[in-house]
Amino acid sequence: MKTSIILFPGTNREKDMAMALKRVTGHDPALVWHKETDLGTPDLIILPGGFSYGDYLRCGAMAAHSPVMKEVIACAERGTRILGVCNGFQMLIETHLLPGALLKNKTLKFICKHVNLKTENGESEFTSKLGKGSVINVPVAHGEGNYFANDDILHELDDNDRVAFRYCDGNGAVTDEANPNGSTANIAGIMNKRKTILGMMPHPENATQDWQDNKSGLLLFESIVEALA
Amino acid sequence: MKATVRIMLKKGVLDPQGKAIGGALHGLGFEGVGEVRQGKVIELDVPDGTEEGRIRDMCEKLLANPVIEDYKVELEP
Repeated sequence: MKTSIILFPGTNREKDMAMALKRVTGHDPALVWHKETDLGTPDLIILPGGFSYGDYLRCGAMAAHSPVMKEVIACAERGTRILGVCNGFQMLIETHLLPGALLKNKTLKFICKHVNLKTENGESEFTSKLGKGSVINVPVAHGEGNYFANDDILHELDDNDRVAFRYCDGNGAVTDEANPNGSTANIAGIMNKRKTILGMMPHPENATQDWQDNKSGLLLFESIVEALA
Repeated sequence: MKATVRIMLKKGVLDPQGKAIGGALHGLGFEGVGEVRQGKVIELDVPDGTEEGRIRDMCEKLLANPVIEDYKVELEP
């Protein structure tokens, strides 16, 4: 399985992502600079977290128009699997590969803490080993992760089982109190219609190593690696 | 010539920055301030005779996010 992690100026979570991938696949993923215009034929493309282009204009907006992104979009159209985490999710929104928008957190604060996520769609290639209703505990670290979607988009997401994760409490209850950033309907991660693209604000890659608080994020990586094996 | 683009969050989209600014104004004793909304202004130097449609195209493709933001274009000859 070939994985390419795309690097932009200001990206800072690529090594965490590479460690998670290495743990699951046994080999190092390729790191690809954003000026690259030929991605080859990766099985999985990862847009990692960070602050690409200093979050200028809107988070992810400049990265969405960088040279490599034309190729990422072309790969997406061919069905290449894509995972975007945090800033990577913001890029997927800005390229319109995923719908909606990510606004400033409702509290206006940068939030850095562990959150619980309820798996809403447990049958996708990204979530098959998690299973519907399961709860994982992973960190968030963002200032602009407040997912916004109008009613049309929300219905479309629900009708097609496109919500991957919602913020929940430790028992899996999706409540206002468990919503860290004001996201519409507690949405933490969504997929495209074909379920080949997953974008999420929380960091599953930071719950994959022995020295981290827990390893519940591993199941996500194991799911996609098994699907693409 | 100069083109000015004013970008504001659409009505109905929560603007926590505007709310915080409003709260701070109240804290400073400025009473009677209702809703406060924050946006951004982008000034562009463009060739003379540039049509508004071209600037709007820039807004749709990059400068604004039409999902959450409205924009207005002003051209100064």
